[in-house]
Order: sequence, then C-alpha cells, then structure tokens
Amino acid sequence: MTISLFIPCFVDQMTPQVGLAVATVLERLGHTVEFRPAQTCCGQPSFNAGYQDEARAVAIHALEVFAGAEAVVGPSGSCVAMMRVFYPELLAGTPHETAALDLAARTFEFGEFLVRKLGVTDVGARFPHRVTYHDGCHGLRELRLREEPRQLLRAVRDLELVECDEPESCCGFGGLFSVKFPMVSTAMAEVKAGSLARTDCDYIVSSDPSCQLQLDGWLSRQGKRPRTIHLAEILAGTAS
Amino acid sequence: MIRTAAENATARAAIMARVGEALRIPAPPPHGLAGRSTSPVDAAGHPSLAILPLEAARPWLPDGGATPAESLAVCCENLTKLRAEVFQVPDLAAAADCLAAQARQRDWRRVAWHAHPLVEPLLAGVPCVSHRIGGDAGFDKDTLEACDAGLSACECLVAQTGSILVSSQTCGGRALSILPHVHVVVATIEQVVPTLADAFDLTRERHSGSLPSMLSFITGPSRTGDIERILVLGAHGPKELLVILVGSHAAQ
Amino acid sequence: MTAALPSSPPAAGAAKRQFLHDAAEHVRDVGHREFVRRALGGYYTSRDTQKARYRDWEQARDAASMAKWSAVNRLDELLPRFEAAFTANGGQVHWARDAEEARRIVLELLATAKAKAVIKSKCMTSEEIHLNQALEADGYGVVESDLGEFIQQLRGEPPYHFVFPCMHVRRDEISDLFGQHLGTPPTDSPEELTMIARRHMRRLYVDADVGITGANFLVAETGQISITENEGNARLTAALPRMHIAIAGIEKVVERLDDLAVLLPMLATAGAGQPMTCYNTLYAGPRREGEADGPEEMHLVLLDNSRTALLADAEQRDALHCIRCGACLNVCPIFKNVGGFTYGTTYQGPIGSVITPHLRGLKEWNHLSGASSLCGACTDACPVRIDIHHHLLHNRRNAARSSPDRLERIGQKLFAAVARRPWLFATGGWLFRKTLGLAKAIRPPVLSAWLATRDLPPAPAQSFRAAWKRRQR
Repeated sequence: MTISLFIPCFVDQMTPQVGLAVATVLERLGHTVEFRPAQTCCGQPSFNAGYQDEARAVAIHALEVFAGAEAVVGPSGSCVAMMRVFYPELLAGTPHETAALDLAARTFEFGEFLVRKLGVTDVGARFPHRVTYHDGCHGLRELRLREEPRQLLRAVRDLELVECDEPESCCGFGGLFSVKFPMVSTAMAEVKAGSLARTDCDYIVSSDPSCQLQLDGWLSRQGKRPRTIHLAEILAGTAS
Repeated sequence: MIRTAAENATARAAIMARVGEALRIPAPPPHGLAGRSTSPVDAAGHPSLAILPLEAARPWLPDGGATPAESLAVCCENLTKLRAEVFQVPDLAAAADCLAAQARQRDWRRVAWHAHPLVEPLLAGVPCVSHRIGGDAGFDKDTLEACDAGLSACECLVAQTGSILVSSQTCGGRALSILPHVHVVVATIEQVVPTLADAFDLTRERHSGSLPSMLSFITGPSRTGDIERILVLGAHGPKELLVILVGSHAAQ
Repeated sequence: MTAALPSSPPAAGAAKRQFLHDAAEHVRDVGHREFVRRALGGYYTSRDTQKARYRDWEQARDAASMAKWSAVNRLDELLPRFEAAFTANGGQVHWARDAEEARRIVLELLATAKAKAVIKSKCMTSEEIHLNQALEADGYGVVESDLGEFIQQLRGEPPYHFVFPCMHVRRDEISDLFGQHLGTPPTDSPEELTMIARRHMRRLYVDADVGITGANFLVAETGQISITENEGNARLTAALPRMHIAIAGIEKVVERLDDLAVLLPMLATAGAGQPMTCYNTLYAGPRREGEADGPEEMHLVLLDNSRTALLADAEQRDALHCIRCGACLNVCPIFKNVGGFTYGTTYQGPIGSVITPHLRGLKEWNHLSGASSLCGACTDACPVRIDIHHHLLHNRRNAARSSPDRLERIGQKLFAAVARRPWLFATGGWLFRKTLGLAKAIRPPVLSAWLATRDLPPAPAQSFRAAWKRRQR
C-alpha cells in the first residue's frame, strides 16, 4: 500500500522526529510512504474559532493535496478528527461534499491505522520503561480510540503500561483556548499532568503532539518529571 | 388584579405561535445514536425517529427478573442495597408479629395508618397509640407529624429499581408515607412487578379514567448528599423504610 | 461572585471580563478546586456501578434521546394535549411568555390564596426567573426546603451546581451558618447538620399556605407532572399546603407515561449514580374526593422565556432535550476548575454554556463557548445525547458571523490565505522556527499567555519537510 503522510503543521515545525518515526514504522511493515509537500494545515484553528469560511478554504486545499491517495495517515488524533469528522460537516451541501466524505474514509490516525486497518499490534519494538498513556480527547471521543494505542503498547517488549487516575481528563490544550483562557488551561494541565505523574512512570505516551506541548510545557515549568513521548517514536525505536 | 382568562389565552396563543413557527424547520436526528441492530430503523436503514416503542427499550434497561421468584429476589436485593429493611413473612399473622416486634424494639409511641385490608390486620398487636389517617374525619397535620411511624399499603413494588409505588388513593393520601420518621410498607409478594413499565401498565389498568392525584415511586429511605456529597439518610422524609413482604413463592 | 461594580447597565463585554476575573481567582484557590474534585470523586464510581446494571447503556441512551426528540419536535401537538389532560385532572395552566409574566402569575396566585408563608422545593426555573427576590419584595416569607438550596438561601448565594447547589461549601462553614441563623451548637457531622435542617423545616411544612415546586417532566398522555427528588421535601411541599404551584419550561413535555420508564432511571444514574432518585412523584391535579389530604388547588406555570428561540434553531434544538441531570457538569474539567459561580448563569457547566447565549444573547455570552477545550466529556456523559460540545462550536461560528472580533477576523483571513499557498506556508513555518527564540524573549501577547505558566521547547534545526527531503535523497 502507498501511504500518504499527513504531517500537521506544528509537527512539521516543532517535532519533525514524530513524522519520521511514523514513516519508519510504516516502511518497516512493507508499505511505501510518500509525503506531499503541498500540504499545509488542516484548518482546525479557524474552524474551532468559528471562522468556518476560512476553515473551508483551507479544507478544500487539503482535499486537493490528498486527492487520489490510497491512505492518509497522520500522527495526531486531533488533526485527523478534523479531516474525518469535521470536513464532511464543513463541506456538506457544497460541491466538495463527496470529496470530503471520500477523504474522511481514507484518513487514519497512526495507531488506529496500524490496528484497525492493517490489523497489526506488534511491530517488533522494544522499550524497557514504565509508561502511561494519555488519551487525547479528539482521539478518544471523536475517533473512539481507546484500546488501539494500548494494544500497541502492550505488544512492545519490556514495556510496562500503567493507567493514571484521571484517564478521561483533558490536558487543557484546546488550541487557542490555551492562550485565550490560559489560567483555566493551566489548571487543567496541572490536574492531568499531576495524575499522569502520580503513576511514577518514566514516560507519558501520547498520540497527539499538541497534548504533548501542553503537558511538557507545564511539567518543564514545574521542574517535574516525567516527559511525554509520541507513540510512533516508541514503535519506531527512535525514542531517545 | 387576577390575570384574566383572556390574558392567559393571549399568552398561550403567542407561545404556541412561536412554537409552530420554530418547528417549521425540521431538526436533525439525535447525535451519535448507537443505532446497533436492535435500534429501530426505518426502511432506508436510518435510525427510526418515529416514537420508540417502550418494548424496544425494555431489553436495554436494568433487569427486573424473568419469573415471579426471580423478580422477588431482585427486588429484595435492590431494596437492601438502598438501605431499606426487608422482612419476609409467610402470612398476615406473622406480619402482625413482625410489626409489633419492630414497634417494641424501636420504642414507637404513635403509629399512623390507613384503612386497607393488608394494613388493618397488623394493628392488633402494636403496643402503642395508633391514628387512622383518612376517612371522613380527615387528620390533624401536627398529630401525624408527631407519629413515629406511618403504616401503609402500596400499589406495587418494582424489582428493577427496588421502588415502592404508593398512591394518594389507595395508600392513605400524600403525607402518611412521607411525614412520619419511619415508613412501614406492607405488601404481598404478588405485588412485585419486574419493571417500571409494568408498574405503569398496572396504573393504567387500575386507575384509567380517574388517576390518583399523587403516585410516588419511593426508592429507599429519604436521603441527601448536599453536604460534601456525603450520604445522609432521613433528610426530610422517613429516615427508615421497612418493607414487610407477605407470602412465599416456594409455598405455592 | 456577583459584580462588585455599582454601574447599573452592564457595559459590553462585562460578562466576559467578569468570567476571566472570577476564573483566574478561582483557579488560584487550589484548596477549593481540590475540595470540589474530591466531592465529585465518588460520583464516577457510583455512576459506573449503576451503568453496569443496564443491559445496554448506549442503546438506553438512544431510547431516552428519542423520547425527548420526538416530544420536543412535536411540542405544537403535545403542549395542548398536556394542557387538556392536566385541566381535566383539575389543575390550572398559566402560560408565561417571559420571566416577568411568570413572576406576576405566581404573585397573583399567592394573593388569591391569602398566603402568608410559602415553602419551596428545589426549582431551577424559579432561579431563572428570580422568583424569590420578587416574593420577598412583596413581603412573603419564602423558605427553600431542599437542604442545599436552604444553605444557599442562608448564604445569600445562587446554586453553585444546578443539581448539587452547595457542593462547594465545607461542613464547618455550614455549621457556622446554622449557628448564626438557627442558634444551633457547632458540629462537624454532616448527619447532625442534616438533622438540624430537618427539625427546622418540619414546622414550616405544616404552617405553609402555599408550596412551590418545579417539574421534571409533563406527561401529555395523562396530564401528570413528574417531580424527581431525594430528600422528600418536594413530597412534603406538595402534600401539606393548601395550594401547590409548579413552574416548568415548555420543553419538559414528554408524550407518554412509558417514556418515564426510561427517563427516570437514566436521570438518576447519569446525574447522581443512583438506580432511581429516592422520590419520583406524579401529580395529577389537587386532592380528589376520597383522598386523605393534598392541596385544594394545583397550578402550573408554563414558561417560555426564550425557549422558543432555542427551538427555532433546528441545529441546536436538541439542547431542549436536557433533563437537568447535571452529568455534564460532573465530568467537565472547566466546571471543576472554574467553579459554578464563574459562569454567572442560572445553568452552569457545558449545557449552560450552550443555552445561555440563546436565553440571554450571543454577543454578550459567547465567551462561554470559547471557554472550552472541546474535550467532549459532556457529550459522552449526556443521557439524552445532546451534542453539547459541538454546539459550543456552533455558537462560536454564529458569533463569528454575527459579531466577529475585528482583529481576530483579520488574523483568520490572513491565516487562511497563507494556508492555501504551500510555499508561503512553508516560508511562514521557517520564519516561525527562526524567530521563536527571539519571540520568547520579547513575549508578544499570545505567546506571553502561554509562557506565563508553561515552557516552550526550542525549535528544531530543520522542519519535517526539510528532513524528509534529505531522507529521500
């Protein structure tokens, strides 16, 4: 299968290693991976702020970029949810509706793609650490992914997976919410990061670089351990 | 100074006009219906938004038991979990003994009751003053408030939720089951129905045409969690709920 | 909790400024946030225990949502049916277009009853129309009988949570409050505090002339109103006084008694983790011949107060499904961190953030939809499947259309223009990476909001697209 990478804009600029890790895992499984450089942003910042005309323009650009791709895989539950759940809604009743539904059906979050589409849970990775998994809300509630990332982690050699006591709590990122209501956003980070840290784990595993930014940002400011790591980095064996 | 019927009619017409106008645009179906095979679907396979028959919903709700014996067991289990005290006795004579023992043990001085074939036979041995509620004389609120216990019949018991259904028509009015500190319910085991839906069926059968002015599902003793979400029994209604169940399925 | 400023007509944006101010204040009170979280801690366990008793909770949610959907979308048919049945039962229906009209109806009823003492059981609709203030202004003594509402009445505060009104108050504060108002000795036992209120209230039920309650459901089939409560105070309020007045929004109608077989247990399980609320009572008019007691008259005030405006929004009409169980508040990280008063609304939490802009105006109340990370915990918790967090997005969209922030609109247009031009977008990304260090030092507004409490890692030397190009070579 030829898989087209969907690299969210902040992965592009801030965490390129996550995108590379996704490619590494998929190639190791025998697939061809391509990156279409015309891709930009999924349009979520506009959509979430209520600026749907602007979001629609960005969405149409994404439809054009990914036209004809066999499968589109991205390392962010949030950005994938934008394409899968909100593009069809945003473009309903427009000439792009069919294309939006078509792209939605071909777009997958990284862990979801491995488990649900490829039926793979063991990619042969080893990671000798105690970890906990942080559910990103879009992955959990828009894409209904709860077991998939955990199945992948349980198959990793020498990895110990523990659960935190606030498994369904949001980290408080929420895009522009994090800077429009910074005190509320930070209080939420404190609750979630506190819960994750109480597991006494070495790493917090996430499938959403935006949640990572929030959790690490708070933990680092507090001078606390642990730090986050993307699921793809563990599976690729490229985790530092 | 009282609002006239005409004013009320004007307000009604205005609101109904707004309702009618608002509903001209149809609403989308409810969000995220589970819509699995047992969900009602129309010919096109979409979740059916025609009125959902309760029959369809019944198998999704908590279980109320498949046989009378099962329902009785579920009912007693639920009542106990809700902190009601259940006494299972073989006949009315044993029920009377049970009540007398409870009255002595709890040191009741006054008991209120209402005329009912299940209630009256229990009073003989009660070692305290008893006040009849209802009948032509009515009752004095202060007297009822001063009673330690209220003794009543019920319409039915619901196994599914451990609820007791009382009515103002057949169970001594509205206050008897709520004002005294203890509520004692006497019922036969045949009065246990599996589910809330069965209780509604029963109500329709028994009272169609003239509903009691009050029907109340009582599910455990009065409670509150208003202070620090800590459970306290006996907020305003009865602190204790005793259920005397007469009869046994094994004997039949 | 209320605006301290003496200015009478609130300035534009006042509600938002107050929200930001109160939220910041609340967030700083770490002990209080911990107290509220702990108080709600037991909720999850008991809710999950009760949910597990359902043979299929998700499908039961389908049934509950469809019962409400089919009623709300047929209000034109069901309201008159309910009215006819309720009237046949001997009750009287009073239609109120707005809060003022509802208050006037209640005051007139009290006058005809020559009422001296009024006892109330918990009724959020009466909070919505500020009934107590109106009654007190006319010289009536009004007592809230629900323990939580009673405590809030003594404190002079509105409910903090529309199901758990005083969940934010510590037991020692309640002990002091009772000592001050009722002259009772101090105690740290919730049991003893509850008994103090119980003893105090008994006399008041017996002496009250009029009892005022809310209503959870209005059954069109039978003309009954259904009231859900745990304490028994609503039962007493509707049993002993001469007149019973219930106040309910028009959206409370359901078609059949059978609908309650689904809705009553789900309300209890979703909202408080109970199999059933302790008392679920159906009232069909005043005392009947042959009944031992009950009021001589029963009145129902049917309130619109902008509900028809929400009804007219087909996209968000399902917000009228709300059965006020409070589940969305219990699971909401925003509610738990900013507290109930910060909202400044009658209905707090996610559902309040959805409906308040419809009831009070989008321009002034849209900030409530912005104050959400859109995590969706509310939507998952809702027993009647209201699409709560997506409606927050719908409110944001409507606000961006009707009253956009000028600066934000320019920013969004610019962003969209850049995001459609790959080379420009890539260049923008490069510029962002190269200037991030400098920006962190200068701290422009958006970045400083982040950096006040959180670090930002340094930008990597190259972007993914550059790394990819190199990797493919």
